[in-house]
Amino acid sequence: MRTRALSTPLSAEDAAGLRAGDVLYLTGTLYTAREEAHQRLLDDLDAGLPEPFPLEGAVIYYVGPSPMTQHRPIGAAGPSSASRMDPYAPRLHQLGVRASIGKGRRLPLMRAALMEHGGVYLGATGGAGALLSLCIRQVRLAAYPELGPEAVYALDVAEFPLVVLQDCHGADMHVAPNLEAALSG
Amino acid sequence: MRKIPARAVVDQVAAMCVAANRRLPPDVHRAFLRAQAQETPMGREAFRQLLDNAALSAELGLPLCQDCGMAVFFVEMGEDVRVDGMGLRQAINEGMVKGYREGFLRKSTCDPFTRINRGDNSPAVIHFDIVPGDTLRIVMTAEGASADNASRVAMLAPHSDLDAVRDFAVRCVAEVCHGVCAPVSLGLGIGGSFELAALNAKKALLRPIDNIHPDPAMAQLEETLCEAVNRLGTGPLGLGGNTTCLGVKVLAAPCHRDALPLAVYIQCHCARRVEVVL
Repeated sequence: MRTRALSTPLSAEDAAGLRAGDVLYLTGTLYTAREEAHQRLLDDLDAGLPEPFPLEGAVIYYVGPSPMTQHRPIGAAGPSSASRMDPYAPRLHQLGVRASIGKGRRLPLMRAALMEHGGVYLGATGGAGALLSLCIRQVRLAAYPELGPEAVYALDVAEFPLVVLQDCHGADMHVAPNLEAALSG
Repeated sequence: MRKIPARAVVDQVAAMCVAANRRLPPDVHRAFLRAQAQETPMGREAFRQLLDNAALSAELGLPLCQDCGMAVFFVEMGEDVRVDGMGLRQAINEGMVKGYREGFLRKSTCDPFTRINRGDNSPAVIHFDIVPGDTLRIVMTAEGASADNASRVAMLAPHSDLDAVRDFAVRCVAEVCHGVCAPVSLGLGIGGSFELAALNAKKALLRPIDNIHPDPAMAQLEETLCEAVNRLGTGPLGLGGNTTCLGVKVLAAPCHRDALPLAVYIQCHCARRVEVVL
């Protein structure tokens, strides 16, 4: 288990140095986005509008936080299932996005996209919304306020704990289920 | 006839919604500690984060998970008790809406087609049972989308044996182990009718993880099935390890002689539930 610490934006060199299974503490800015924000972003770029936030080296966090409380900038903020964003993610990597944060396995097309564009897929602990929330120091609206809770927010994070689930060299950290062992005996 | 003021139900239900979302059930906490001791380094780190998450959630008043779920209620209403002031269904719904609002819990219910959020997490999903006695027992569970999405109902061939039940459940977990928040708890509804099996799969999980089934055959099935799922080796978060499943709970019911319904509920690690008796 190697441990790494990096800051955003992530460079191509940063991504190339990461291997599936590395533990990564990330500091800097994450941009939140789920399906609606992805659709809107790609529609706007197709229409020739400028980038709503710098895409080069950006890290996208798939998250739908719970409402913020009085003393915190954000509520619980654990990862959403990443495969829901697979129809959009390869194009974002083509446009400069370097990493996404979510949970669970992705469609096979993501392996090729990450290898082609030098991207990584990072996993945060599914269901650890309170713990992850504590690493988020500040929250700013970045784009699409009309999407309400699904708008894009910039999260300033400090030492956000992650595992590299897929690297840009084709490796995937998920362990294949051993059906034979499970069904024997 | 014993009377319970509806206001008491509203307040209790509101408090239950907040508590379920902020407090890891004690049996789940014990199961985390037991499992952590026999994990790989990556697995131990996952359990450390989950235990820290539970402590922080209770301390800071943040939900354990941002997906605060659909609010599902199992109600056992004594025949000799009545709720005074408004209908019991209305009281539970009012309490749930109040709890989700005041507890800063995420509201997730929406129209199934337009997907427009209803804004208050309503309606609660409520299952009523009429039982003897003069008490009102309410169990609330918060069911996140990942758990509901991963779960399955099947109609097995009528003469299938327990190995067939085990095979189906293991294959279900193998299929979804990289999408759910493992380590999971499994609830099995065996027998009954198509819809009763699904309900029983959820109800089975109301038993604490370390509660052993009173029927030795069912206790045996629970144990062997848990061991089988753990031999999948996918572990916490699907990244490898010894604990894919924390425990299996079975609820069996008589069924039609020409059918064998089987439902497998795949509950995420936090297994949020809380109970009150009024």
